[in-house]
Amino acid sequence: MLLEVDELHVSYGRVAALRGISLQVDEGEIVTLIGANGAGKTTTLKTLSGLRAVAAGSIRFDGRDITAMPGHQRVMAGLCQAPEGRGVFPGMSVAENLAMGAYSRGKPAEADLERVFTLFPRLKERQKQAGGTLSGGEQQMLAIGRALMARPRLLLLDEPSMGLAPQYIQLIFRIIAEINEQGTTVLLVEQNAAQALAVAHRAYVLETGTIVKTGTGQELLGDESVVAAYLGGGPG
Amino acid sequence: MSNFVNQFWASTIDGLTQGAIYALVALGYTLVYGVLRLINFAHSEIFMIGTFATVGVISAAGITSPLAGVGLLLFVLGAGAVAAVVSGGSAVVLERVAYRPLRRRGATQLAALISAIGASLFLQQAVSIWVTSDARTTERVMEKVNLLTIGTGDLRADKLLVFVGAMAMMILLDRLVSGTRFGRAIRATAQNADTATLMGVNIDRVIMITFLIGGAMAGVGGMLYVIFFEVTNFTVGFVLGIKAFTSAVLGGIGNLRGALLGGLLLGLIEEYGASVVGAQWKDVIAFSVLVAVLMFRPTGLLGEALGKARA
Repeated sequence: MLLEVDELHVSYGRVAALRGISLQVDEGEIVTLIGANGAGKTTTLKTLSGLRAVAAGSIRFDGRDITAMPGHQRVMAGLCQAPEGRGVFPGMSVAENLAMGAYSRGKPAEADLERVFTLFPRLKERQKQAGGTLSGGEQQMLAIGRALMARPRLLLLDEPSMGLAPQYIQLIFRIIAEINEQGTTVLLVEQNAAQALAVAHRAYVLETGTIVKTGTGQELLGDESVVAAYLGGGPG
Repeated sequence: MSNFVNQFWASTIDGLTQGAIYALVALGYTLVYGVLRLINFAHSEIFMIGTFATVGVISAAGITSPLAGVGLLLFVLGAGAVAAVVSGGSAVVLERVAYRPLRRRGATQLAALISAIGASLFLQQAVSIWVTSDARTTERVMEKVNLLTIGTGDLRADKLLVFVGAMAMMILLDRLVSGTRFGRAIRATAQNADTATLMGVNIDRVIMITFLIGGAMAGVGGMLYVIFFEVTNFTVGFVLGIKAFTSAVLGGIGNLRGALLGGLLLGLIEEYGASVVGAQWKDVIAFSVLVAVLMFRPTGLLGEALGKARA
């Protein structure tokens, strides 16, 4: 297992955000975590990246216990994230944002830049433009491209389709599949459950800080309660 | 008004000299604000420590007559390095003791501000008790010869040295922040600290080095101050610190080039104003600028929205 999360508890003050979730991601998989707003999806990814303190439970990455490892060291260990809201550095150019992605490796490698520009030709055209002036879809491309610059073993993606126009949503999910085919393992958090389940090998359903269901993407796409709650069945 | 015209060139030269020191100290406020959104009110004491470090170098080197040529250059480089290290080191300790413990506990900005004021008083009193509570004058380290007369103004060698020295430090810092990998990490932290962590940036280290750099700049400012005024005391940082803070706000806090612009402008405004209404009004003029900026343009001249602030 590349990532093993065991009975993870996280709280904000007295409010429990995660109540003992366990999940695994194997090398080469796309695993998705779906759930409603406030279910704890973003908290899970932030905790995996070391931005939130763990109250109880453990995180193992590549056989190593990283529960107490500082966030910046996890990047070097191979765990990278394109955060919710994209987190593009607004005052930096596209090129500088990409260089920040390679920060943990020192200088950005030409081969990595080539790879990102092949996936997202738009970024190559806009290299000199400030990150803050890009459209939402372009910022998402930049956030994913930037995470790839660190050559992650596990790529964490938090709501990559949020707020995007339909053609961009299609593009982003196609790219996620492509990145995975090139050998990067992906843990994807999404509200767009239909698309996420379609692209994922396996999935977990998160409700109020607990995992209530797991299965392959196809299984959950056919699951009545999942359809009702997350696939346009209701306001859920 | 005729005074303004008569003294225009003299005021300009003095304003730029004074303003260069304000700008050098303002950089520390603006750098720390950029990464922590904190006004480090103890920064004025870091400057004060720099002036005492310089006084120490002057007496330790046994300087009894003004230096010139290579000797002066060596003194400026040596005293500048000592002041930068002592002030920078003090700033790093300050961050460790007064701010980091609060940050770890997730304390409010107000708590950090109160801690800053406490640290400022502590440093002032510590210097007054352990070093001296009197004004400390120094030997003259360079001849204050006139190099060039522009209109009614004399461009004196020491004023030129202060201005050129301060500019050189600021250009160096600007290169560092805009052109190096670590400078990029500082800017990334200022723009979005969480995302910077996700890129592998050690935020604690960035914060420490930000205090170190800001402190070193204030230390060099302290050295230039001592060369120019030849006197210091344990409260020297108070008014100068507020003026440097005013410069940072005037230029747009969080913006390095803004600190430079704000410092030079404030120095000029003070001198021009003084030539019109009298030198005793200098401080009133400076602090009126602070109030006016906060009221009418709180983002400062080069101010950007916080999210876009360039540290």
